[in-house]
Amino acid sequence: MKRFRGFVIKEFYHIFRDKRSLFILFGMPIAQILLFGFAITNEINNVDIAVLDHSKDATTEEIINKIAASSYFSIDQFIERESDIETVFKQGKIKAVINIEKDFSQKLIKDGKAHVQIITDATDPNTANTIYNYVTAILQNYQRSKNNNITMPYQISPQTRMVYNPELKSVFMFVPGVMTIILMLVSAMMTSISITREKELGTMEILLVSPLKPFQVIVGKVVPYIFLSVINAIVIVVLSIFIFKMPVEGSIFLLGLESVLFIITALALGILISTIATTQQTAMMISLMGLMLPVILLSGFIFPIASMPLILQVISNLVPAKWFIIIIKGIMLKGVGLQFIWKETLILLGMTVFFIGLSVKKYKIRLE
Amino acid sequence: MKENNVIEVKGLTKMFGDFTAVSAITFNVKKGEIFGFLGANGAGKTTAIKMLIGISKPTAGEAKVAGFDVGSEAEDIKKNIGYMSQKFALYDDLTVRENITFFGGIYGLSRARIKEKTNELIEELGLQDFTDKLVGSLPLGWKQKISFSVSLLHEPKIVFLDEPTGGVDPITRRQFWEMIYKSASKGTTIFVTTHYMDEAEYCDRVSIMVNGKIEALDTPKKLKELYNTETMNDVFLKLARG
Repeated sequence: MKRFRGFVIKEFYHIFRDKRSLFILFGMPIAQILLFGFAITNEINNVDIAVLDHSKDATTEEIINKIAASSYFSIDQFIERESDIETVFKQGKIKAVINIEKDFSQKLIKDGKAHVQIITDATDPNTANTIYNYVTAILQNYQRSKNNNITMPYQISPQTRMVYNPELKSVFMFVPGVMTIILMLVSAMMTSISITREKELGTMEILLVSPLKPFQVIVGKVVPYIFLSVINAIVIVVLSIFIFKMPVEGSIFLLGLESVLFIITALALGILISTIATTQQTAMMISLMGLMLPVILLSGFIFPIASMPLILQVISNLVPAKWFIIIIKGIMLKGVGLQFIWKETLILLGMTVFFIGLSVKKYKIRLE
Repeated sequence: MKENNVIEVKGLTKMFGDFTAVSAITFNVKKGEIFGFLGANGAGKTTAIKMLIGISKPTAGEAKVAGFDVGSEAEDIKKNIGYMSQKFALYDDLTVRENITFFGGIYGLSRARIKEKTNELIEELGLQDFTDKLVGSLPLGWKQKISFSVSLLHEPKIVFLDEPTGGVDPITRRQFWEMIYKSASKGTTIFVTTHYMDEAEYCDRVSIMVNGKIEALDTPKKLKELYNTETMNDVFLKLARG
């Protein structure tokens, strides 16, 4: 045990004396959570739009006022000619143009029908889509308020309630994802690099010739990273609670336990990588390509799994991050207990055992 | 095992698939001896050493190191030997003192013993001003001397040195060999590989490996007589070129 403690102390020296790993360990989580929280967002706010009103009557003025009154849009300018539409888009500031046809009020009264054209800048498809949806919603709202006193033969009125994230804050989606990325990065990449570093420097050989058992060497390398990952998880959760008002509906204790489980899964992956890679560079490449990409693309963090092609949906089941994201979303947003996430937990547990088993086997082969 | 032998090797063989890296080598090393283990690159020296220090299992044959079998008692061997590899192996980002403490620690030395040993070692190497400097900032020759001393921390019966003096200037090499003599005189057995033939002359006995086999084994003096040459260098060239 005493030997082991000395080993862990040495490992902390390595970490704290290397500015790069210190930055990855502590700078990155904070930077990422703030970036994702503030800068990257699916919501729209005060988007600049232009209006081309061919009618300029009472109805169109009312509609324009409705749009201007919403916090989503601010009307930047009124244009007069169709040919100006392209010009304002090219200037880049305007994201949408509301084009109202001629004689809007009259047509509405006479034919019961009039047209509004919504032209959006789809160089950013997500924003374009959101703008379209919001404008449509405002128009429908207006229409409903006009039709209030007329009874229609059939009327389906949808009542929408967005549960678990009523304000549709995208930060609620990013926090679980960022937490997963960070834990994966710190645990898997940093351990695989630190183990391969010993191989590269030749110190691993010295350690294997010493009375330390191989598993003691590995556990000794891993323990500091468990400790630091737990600190990171705490930092991320605290930041998201206090800065982004992210709720933790479920048990903090369960959240902690599940995080430790995922940390161990990631560490097992890191150890596995280090049994394959012989240099720090390879270890880093494998970690980035083999772990980070799937975490970002296939975990459901940014792109919904349900809308992926079937083959990718199947592959996504192999990504531990997918299960962890389901677990933390469940605990933090829905407040579920273990009875709802035991399946995901079991899958992570199974993966961890599998990775550790595989590394032990690989490690033995290498020693032969 | 004979009273005097600390290493007894009999028919030790290592195969990697069809390739025979070490082919049935047999030799003994006596207590307190400086045993030179020579051979060209790829002759199988490193593989042989790896079997002797217990990190690689022999395919056939047997070997006893410090009285323990390399196949079944590798853990006991590890406690009784020191090892310094051709790759320099202290931690650059730890200070001299931290390195000593760490390596003393993994060999299970008590804290008091480590302190005592640290002072002794620093005194001996004249490192008083550098105890708390990072090892990475020291010249290579110093690092290697510290590395050697560290491999002796737990007072092993045998030290394996795998090309300990690679890339070091002649003066430092000379000093290094003085350290080797000193610990041999205290009864430590030295098992050393080298590419420098002048170093081979310093050994009590020398074995020369060619293509996985030991082709010659005797004192440098007798080997030179046997091959009728002036220097160990010529002996080596005659053997290695076949």
